[in-house]
Amino acid sequence: MDLVLAASAANILVWIVWIVAALALLASGIAVVLFANPFYSALALIGNLASLAVLYLLLDAEFVAAAQVLVYAGAVVVMFLFVIAYLGGRADAPWAGGPTLQSVAAVAAAAAIALEVVVVIALKADDALSTTADVGESFGSPAEIGMLFLSDHLLAFEVTSIVLLVAAVGGVILGGSMPKEQED
Amino acid sequence: MLGPGIASYLILSVVLFATGAFGVLIRRSPLIILLALEIMLNAGNLALIAFARQQGDGDGQIFALTVMVVAAAEAVLGLGLIVAVSRKRVELDVDALTSLKG
Repeated sequence: MDLVLAASAANILVWIVWIVAALALLASGIAVVLFANPFYSALALIGNLASLAVLYLLLDAEFVAAAQVLVYAGAVVVMFLFVIAYLGGRADAPWAGGPTLQSVAAVAAAAAIALEVVVVIALKADDALSTTADVGESFGSPAEIGMLFLSDHLLAFEVTSIVLLVAAVGGVILGGSMPKEQED
Repeated sequence: MLGPGIASYLILSVVLFATGAFGVLIRRSPLIILLALEIMLNAGNLALIAFARQQGDGDGQIFALTVMVVAAAEAVLGLGLIVAVSRKRVELDVDALTSLKG
């Protein structure tokens, strides 16, 4: 009896955490898209990434959640903030001058994408999606991810390092100063 | 599994993806278009991790980590392009970048 009560209390707790994280996720996502100042958009993206990390933890993906916070909030967003500070984030209000044909079409296209996939998920929710596998304690732990990367997915791991090297060199070439004759 | 089922995570992920797609379509500042692209990639990651949990298989998480690497590389190159464009004294507005228009 005590065990059943404890299990349902844990269930309610997970539901509360999920709802808070989901609301924060959607609110910060909308904030990123609608803030006129790119600086505020980049700050809202941090909230978006943090609530995603909470959802990853609920899905037993501990290592991905940690990597998400480190790589995104720690590195990518900081890079965005530096570039925005360097360029002087010019405010550009998305709704300035009333709704245009383009903005109406954008709303319709985004709503169509969402509606299509939600209908497919609702159709599949009762059969294919209703069962969830049981996983052990080690699921999603750094040790298991490391084993997978160095055994089954070794090629992806090595290609990743080349992609990062090429991106770093490309970033230096694009952002670095050009020779005088190519200046314009 | 405690809490909501996999379908709730998937619906959350598609709503987030639609938010990002809306941002890419509606904004004119290339910086905010890149931020909205990051949101779309993260929505895809959420679906991948939800499916990995449903199947009880770590491969989905490996895929999500690889997507993160690609997103980081994309951010570096996108920001590099934006800095290079702004050096040419072109206004940072995707509607103004028409030199390559056919």
